[in-house]
Amino acid sequence: MIAFLTRRRGRHGDGRGWHWTDIATWVWLIAGLVVMFGPALWLVLSSFKTPAGLAEFPPTILPYAQETVAVGDQTRPLYRVTLEDGTVRELAELRRVGIVAQMVDPGAPEADPIAVNINDREPVRSISFATENYTEPFLHFDFFLFLRNSVFVTVMATIITLLTNSMAAFALSKYDFRGRNAVMLLIVATLMVPLSVILVPLYSVVAATGLLNSLWGVILPTVATPTGVFLLRQYMLTIPDELLEAARMDHASEWQIYWRIVLPLAAPALAVLAIFSVVWRWNDFLWPLVVLSRRELYTLQIGLNSYAGELNVQWHYILAMTVVAMIPVVLVFVFLQRFITAGIAGTGLK
Amino acid sequence: MTKARALTGVGAVLTAPLRLVARAIDPPMRIWQRLAGQNGMALLFLAPNMLIFGIFVLVPLFINFLYSTTGGTAFFLADRPDVGLAHYQRLLDCRDYTAPRSCRDDMFWIAVWNTARFVFFQVGLMTLAALVTALILNRAIPGKGFWRAVFFFPVLLSPVVVGLIWQWILQRQGLANLMMVEVGLSPINWLTDRFWAFAAAVGVSVWAHMGFYTLILLAGLQAIPRDLYEAAEMDGTAPFRVFRRITLPLLMPNLLVVVVLALIRAVQIFDEAYVLTGGGPGTSTMFMTQYIYEIGFANLLRNPGLAAAASILMAGVLVVLTLIQLWLARRSAGAGAGGGRRP
Repeated sequence: MIAFLTRRRGRHGDGRGWHWTDIATWVWLIAGLVVMFGPALWLVLSSFKTPAGLAEFPPTILPYAQETVAVGDQTRPLYRVTLEDGTVRELAELRRVGIVAQMVDPGAPEADPIAVNINDREPVRSISFATENYTEPFLHFDFFLFLRNSVFVTVMATIITLLTNSMAAFALSKYDFRGRNAVMLLIVATLMVPLSVILVPLYSVVAATGLLNSLWGVILPTVATPTGVFLLRQYMLTIPDELLEAARMDHASEWQIYWRIVLPLAAPALAVLAIFSVVWRWNDFLWPLVVLSRRELYTLQIGLNSYAGELNVQWHYILAMTVVAMIPVVLVFVFLQRFITAGIAGTGLK
Repeated sequence: MTKARALTGVGAVLTAPLRLVARAIDPPMRIWQRLAGQNGMALLFLAPNMLIFGIFVLVPLFINFLYSTTGGTAFFLADRPDVGLAHYQRLLDCRDYTAPRSCRDDMFWIAVWNTARFVFFQVGLMTLAALVTALILNRAIPGKGFWRAVFFFPVLLSPVVVGLIWQWILQRQGLANLMMVEVGLSPINWLTDRFWAFAAAVGVSVWAHMGFYTLILLAGLQAIPRDLYEAAEMDGTAPFRVFRRITLPLLMPNLLVVVVLALIRAVQIFDEAYVLTGGGPGTSTMFMTQYIYEIGFANLLRNPGLAAAASILMAGVLVVLTLIQLWLARRSAGAGAGGGRRP
């Protein structure tokens, strides 16, 4: 039974055709495809449904909406009605009392309304994307504000992370000074300090520095990532010291060596750290939740969570906003996934 | 590679203003270099990172102890009266540690046991799923990169997005219940039933993080020399023996890394479970980090000192876990290398 787990032979490996282990492999892969992508796909499809469409059970896969038609100066819902004589006509509903609906032919709105049992009709529906789920939150809620806050936090935190981490990594990889090992040890030892362990004192430190209820209070505590310093240092160790010595011969200052030689050469590692930093900061939840209590400062994640926690949950807006919150990460996934997987496989960084 | 170049190009454009700044501050840097020498420059390079690191990681780490021994609801240490070890006594005051109701702070022990159960099931299931997936991805399948990406996709999603996606699927009239009805079962109140809400928290967490551990295990599998398998095949070794004698011992260091990381992260579980269930129904999915957050910030009976004490107890567990796993990793790394050399 373990054969398929250990052998590296594919289904075409020796021309034996389909072994049962190949079938098990493909069942696992296809199931993985459905389970891993299905929920996000379902989210996207649902986000285009109207509130009525979302309330339906069983739900349809694609977003449908009932067609409407103008009767006089009003828009009325359109139904396909089976009349008593067996003919099928498309009629618009004027009003409904109990199980009897007054309906009229939209082509002849002046004619007498026809009384129809609501069991004899079904709505005329077509695929329609409720894009107002996306536009409304931008126009009428604070959603644009949340988005702006998230972008600001992500961009600033990433820039500062790259700068401070690369400077520290440069010092730790290219200089031999007293206490270097102590600093390295300190960084490695705190690699594992999780936020939840220092939540209360960190809050008070941020309060004491006056950063409470400010986006900088979200940004600064997260930027000195030990993982980033570690990753960059490992990479900079591979840059030959001769390059630096040659630059010193040409009277380059240490600062010039840092930003004109070491930084460009470390670009691949910086790119990996930048991608990680963007994903980390975009997705941050617990720390912004603690620091930000004023609504206009909420990041996207906090804003989304607070909408979802409200009493009358408006799922059609929440689903659409969730899709928007997902977009940057999906872009990273589509275009930069290889960098991330390489980074994880190489360093165990997340 | 072109992607790498494109990315570097984008980086060059984005950093243009920064390079101007870098050029502008070169003269003062030269003066500092002349005054302080190379060591001085090293300290200067270290300073920004270590300053931020010190203020926002080291200082909190140390004053956490001061918080845990002081009382009141104030956040400034000077306003907090000393209470000694009262918070620890309150947390550890229990007639029977396995029965939270017999404890003075029953919420704490409910959170502890919920977390323990969560860690057990989540780490177990996730390691197993990641191992099977990695072994399958390591076979010669077409489109390997694509399949690896498939399992990795949820890792990047934010916990809020993960929580909301699954809340939508698991709601009373959601996709999950539609499938239950389709296969002839009765619908389940996934998020309002104590058992199912806990199971959902475990399942969703496995879903969200499995891909990360799969990658680590896959890297480990790919590092196993192929000729070992070829030699085993020539000897006609039974497949199960190959798995037990070659794959498993050589994968053991990676497997241990996976278990360490998974344990350490599972103990801290908060975000996606909090968004998914909010700790409910009742307290059935209330975990340690949520307890710390609620007691420290959200609860009406706010008590930062108690939260600090709880977080120190949790840190103790994390430190012990890390040490045990490091010790195991070192021991098995030696054993693994020895096993590999055996004929």
